[in-house]
Amino acid sequence: MNKYMIYLNTIRCIGCHACEVHCKANKNLPFGPILCEIDHKPLKSIRGVPKTEFSFRSCYQCEDPYCGDICPTDAITKREDGIVVVDDEKCIGCMACAGACPWGIPQLNPLTNKMVKCDYCVDRVDAGLKPACVTKCTTHALKFVTMEVV
Amino acid sequence: MKESVYSICGMCTVRCPIRVEVEDNEVTWIEGNPHLLDGALCAKGSAGPALVKDDERPQQPLIREGGRGAGRWKEVSWETAYDYIAKKLNTIKKEHGPESLVVSSRGGPWQSMYKAFCHAFGSPNYTNHDSTCGRNTHHASLSLNGVGRKGFVYDIKNSKHLVLFGRNMFASLRIAENIQTMDMLEKGGRLTYVDVRQSMTGLKATRFFQVRPGTDYALILGIINEVIERKLYDQKFIDKYVSDFDQLCTFIEEYTPAWAAKECGVKEKAIKQFVDEIAEDMPHVIFHPGWMLTRYQDSFYASRALHILNVLMGNIEIKGGLLIPKGPGDCNAKGIQNVDFPKPDIKRADGVGWKYKHFDKGPGLQHLFFPTMLSEDPYPIKAWIAMRHDPFTCMPDPEAQKRAFDKCDLLVSIDTHYSEFGWYADVILPESTYLERDNPICLQKGLKPRLAVRRKCVDPVFDTKPSWEIFKNLADRCDMKDYFPFNSMEKYWEWQLEPTGLTMKDFEEKGFVSLTDEPVMYDPDNLEGQFKTPSGKIEMVSKKLTDAGLDSLKPYISPEKPSKGKFRLVYGRSAIHTHGHTINNILLYELMPKNTLWINTRVASKLNVKEGDIVDVIAVNGFKQRIRAHVTDFIHPECVFTVHGFGRQIPLQSRAYHAGLSDQKLMVGMLDKWDKAGGGLNLCESFVTVRRSARNPRRRVEL
Repeated sequence: MNKYMIYLNTIRCIGCHACEVHCKANKNLPFGPILCEIDHKPLKSIRGVPKTEFSFRSCYQCEDPYCGDICPTDAITKREDGIVVVDDEKCIGCMACAGACPWGIPQLNPLTNKMVKCDYCVDRVDAGLKPACVTKCTTHALKFVTMEVV
Repeated sequence: MKESVYSICGMCTVRCPIRVEVEDNEVTWIEGNPHLLDGALCAKGSAGPALVKDDERPQQPLIREGGRGAGRWKEVSWETAYDYIAKKLNTIKKEHGPESLVVSSRGGPWQSMYKAFCHAFGSPNYTNHDSTCGRNTHHASLSLNGVGRKGFVYDIKNSKHLVLFGRNMFASLRIAENIQTMDMLEKGGRLTYVDVRQSMTGLKATRFFQVRPGTDYALILGIINEVIERKLYDQKFIDKYVSDFDQLCTFIEEYTPAWAAKECGVKEKAIKQFVDEIAEDMPHVIFHPGWMLTRYQDSFYASRALHILNVLMGNIEIKGGLLIPKGPGDCNAKGIQNVDFPKPDIKRADGVGWKYKHFDKGPGLQHLFFPTMLSEDPYPIKAWIAMRHDPFTCMPDPEAQKRAFDKCDLLVSIDTHYSEFGWYADVILPESTYLERDNPICLQKGLKPRLAVRRKCVDPVFDTKPSWEIFKNLADRCDMKDYFPFNSMEKYWEWQLEPTGLTMKDFEEKGFVSLTDEPVMYDPDNLEGQFKTPSGKIEMVSKKLTDAGLDSLKPYISPEKPSKGKFRLVYGRSAIHTHGHTINNILLYELMPKNTLWINTRVASKLNVKEGDIVDVIAVNGFKQRIRAHVTDFIHPECVFTVHGFGRQIPLQSRAYHAGLSDQKLMVGMLDKWDKAGGGLNLCESFVTVRRSARNPRRRVEL
């Protein structure tokens, strides 16, 4: 089972898209790949106040990741804590994973010609820190949650 | 080796505290200072390293070769650039007098250095951008409370109700304030938002008034009327601290909620329900008096009326209200010293202080220099140094400004990036970015005043210099050796800290030094001496305004309705960009490459404009720009809205070049429309024609 998830408190979210830039800056990504996204529904007037709902989307870290199954070099693996990671040494940038993923999550990093996707900033997690998007969320709307069996 | 540096962000002028990680002279991580913001940072803050690496910014001093604005530059050394400027400045001083120099910058903690340069040169003409920003709010507070805009901080966290008139705080981000507001809302607090359109801030509101553009003042008057009618004010506070309250009561009688509702296009019931809410929540209600409120013909009076509402709530110096910021003196501490030169005893060229006596003399009013430059009365202006200030983006009608600037023999732009003004100037001096330079220590007043400092995190990538070094070198060549007698920022810091007994080591632990452990509050029943008006009271009627022939309580005048096919042009911020500063930043450009024109669904359908269509936006003189329309129900049909800062015309900024529309270029003739009481420009009083563009493809024939 996945140990972690990123949770968005939509009441606190102000749709400022900072998480997207925090992520890109941390991974040193060039123009092109965006690994997490804030989106919202069209505005709807509720008791006189136009409202909307925000959503946060990044890699779902699937239980049984199709991207890993299709990878010809076995570069994509699922760790014990559930995080799906890509090994840059093995990745050949064929992007078969992007076709296999139902949500088109894997993206090509044009600087390295390797696949890149959200891995909850695994180096930070291993150092006892939180992912970049969560750490620096402008209004502390994003939370990095450790899941427990109840 | 990894290094951690505490500093101050410079992506916008909020200057949030940050912690930066550096490895091998590269910034690897920036977060909000964990001691103050628990890591929180906005998109712009994280895009800082992209600014450092941006090679589409000036990389060494440039001297103009072709005509102004032609974009032909000669790359020169710093020595050559300094000599060139100093020679011109010395000639101008000799021929026209030192007062013919203007130095303009942005406000904020470091302006004393630029102001001191101007004064040491012999000119009284230091100015800043504030006549397009907070001047109306500042003067409104001065005329009522005797203290300026920064005379209060808002204790949003402990308030129960925050009321914002067009203050789109979740786009104009100030992270500490944003977190406070969210905490307040999570505790069940209320947020009322008033605007001509729905914004990010409005989405978080518990009550929303979409008013007819230009009628904010009417709504505020209606609210004051209801508060006074129902005697919801703090009588004790008013008896103690307020003068001429009876004049307010008489003045307000005719402005009933029913009248306001009709004028603003909102429901009378909603105004009354809102007043029910503040009756429950008072005195913990904050009426935010506005930040950038240089919008309508009566914005000064709207801000003044918002301050009056705070006074009626009796919310000054109480938890959850307006707090008086404390300085070192309140903490039994000594303050820092800053370079300072007395202002030369010469009339200001903008007329502030002698022609216009009711304005704060500090930075004067920038737009009032233009008539003087054209008429040369009382004297000519021959040189203008713009320090991190871009008049062509910041102020309306750049073409009209150029006619005034053309009277100058020397235009210098000092900035980290190419500004529109810089592109037109004679010399561009590239300043190092905020991650590549040190700045002086600054005092941040508040309940817990502190000293903070911006520190260099990495060496400059290009041949750029920090501003102190630029001004020092110019001063040395202009016979002003006393101006900045320090050879490094370290030496200056040492001198700044001399009275305090602190050293730079004290900043290492948290990036700032708090001057007190516990918040300092005054006794709210003993605020005598805090209101620095002539009478020492909060003055409903200001003698200064009366003497200038102006109303203190101004009768309402209904705003002009646009004629057929025309729209009032309003503009604002997005959370992604800092006006024109960041449009070319690759990480921010990726998120928001262009702006759009918001237009109401009903009027758009009459114009046959659909979502995403290209429209022509035409100024009064026929000047035309094209932009894609964003058709929405949530904007008032009398106006169109766009995000400010786009439509830049600097070819070397390949991403920002001609991307989107620039509102200020459509504000033709608007340099002359300003608020005589508040001093600010009326930036939302211009009208444009909108029509479906012929550029929308119908057929496409190849070969």
